[in-house]
Amino acid sequence: MSVFAQLASRKDCPRADTAGPVVIMTRIRLARNLRDCFFPDRADAQMRAHIRERCEKALGSLPAFKGGLVFDIERLNEWDKDVLVESHLISRELAQAKPGASVFISKDCNACVMVNEEDHLRMQFLRAGLQFKQAYKNAEQLDKALEKKLDFAFSDELGYLTACPTNVGTGLRGSALMHLPGLVLSGQMEKVVRAVSLLGMTVRGLSGEGSEAHGSMFQISNQQTLGEKETQILQHIEAVLGTIVEQEENARLRLIEDSPEKLFDKIGRCYGTLRHAHVLTSSEALNFLSLIRLAADLNILPPEKRPALDELIVQVQPGHLRGIVGSQSMPPAQRDIARAAFLRERMKAFPEPDFSKAGL
Amino acid sequence: MAENHKCDMCGKPATVHLTQIINNQSQKIDLCEACAQKKGMAASEAFGLSDLVAKTMTQISQTVGEALAQSSVELCPRCGMTPLQYKEAGRLGCPECYGALSSVVEPMLQQTQHAGKHLGKAPARDEAAQKRLELQAALKEAVAAERYEDAARYRDELGKLEAEPSAAK
Repeated sequence: MSVFAQLASRKDCPRADTAGPVVIMTRIRLARNLRDCFFPDRADAQMRAHIRERCEKALGSLPAFKGGLVFDIERLNEWDKDVLVESHLISRELAQAKPGASVFISKDCNACVMVNEEDHLRMQFLRAGLQFKQAYKNAEQLDKALEKKLDFAFSDELGYLTACPTNVGTGLRGSALMHLPGLVLSGQMEKVVRAVSLLGMTVRGLSGEGSEAHGSMFQISNQQTLGEKETQILQHIEAVLGTIVEQEENARLRLIEDSPEKLFDKIGRCYGTLRHAHVLTSSEALNFLSLIRLAADLNILPPEKRPALDELIVQVQPGHLRGIVGSQSMPPAQRDIARAAFLRERMKAFPEPDFSKAGL
Repeated sequence: MAENHKCDMCGKPATVHLTQIINNQSQKIDLCEACAQKKGMAASEAFGLSDLVAKTMTQISQTVGEALAQSSVELCPRCGMTPLQYKEAGRLGCPECYGALSSVVEPMLQQTQHAGKHLGKAPARDEAAQKRLELQAALKEAVAAERYEDAARYRDELGKLEAEPSAAK
């Protein structure tokens, strides 16, 4: 069975239902390494296999992963890997990792652990909306359970030792996937990126490191992992995110007040295109869906449609689309045709935009 | 690099410089030729160098010792990573690299982590691990205070602890 089919069969997996208008998803990541092994990049095939065996033995015995999924990355095809990346369950780096890499996914898809990525263990905890506290609670529980079974590389001075010194200390990266169409449309995003990096945060595109910011979606995370307690790091991120949310809301309000026609025109065109287009690339689809999502946030479309839109945002990406169409070997041109057809069909469930209702 | 160092034993100019890494902490010992010879013979109880290094030391002539110390070839004793390899890969080879390649790691930490100290959580440790940490700290302190007999005792206790199969949890 394909990864797409296995994930689709899990009812709890779409985390879209409680996503906020601005913060789509929260993620906590912890990096850990075994004390007595080379880091994955330096380890040879035999050591990587040994690392994996030890990590998998420990992970496999935890109740958190009972009834969950385990994938050996080496045995997955490119489309399966795309599906996992698009679902935020693995990184692009793991998808391209040397043999010996795997991923454990919990039954509810809220927790996953990558083995032999940059570090021996990369634990990730996902939550819809802004939920750092809950996500970190889950992270702490899993970390505690694992440290009973594995001897982690740790020093009193530097904390948890990681392959890259940028992760040393807590090994904690908190990030939020944010939808910021207001700031993008009003040309303020560059300013925000600069301000946020001065506050010790990094801004990345939709799929993390090195990816583009399609559909006005950005991942914002802490840079520093050493010298602060975990709770302080998370408080700091939450404070910065709170400011960004405020800025985004102000930008949206100004768009409606200052130049409503321009905004409504954009939304109307996106709606029309999604209803009637016959060829759509992935980035086009994401950009259009982003504006439709904004329309739902502004009450121009029914706000209760937001979860369905968040689902579409994942489904129009290449890996998921192949799964939906049921054809894996589809050249990109044909995929763009299939994507447009899929969206024409799905957009029928959305009523015409009602611009008279626009407001925050 | 170490021209101005004084012998840790007698204060004369040191010509033999040894660095050893214990639990990612590098410890440096500087000795003059006479003390190196003297201590070399009684190395196993004199200070916390491994027997191998201690034995070899008596055989190393002053010039070789000096040349070794001054060539400053940094290399992780565990995984063999060099500073150049780290700079190219952007990643360290193993947990011990943090201590062994400190000349390149520290500027990196200063730049990205503001050279902070870890304040976050620590793994819950069993008794043996806790004891090991205490002994390592005591050893470091004893070496710093030149209490070499104490240091040797701590070193031996540490050795015993590490030889126990408790590491294979």
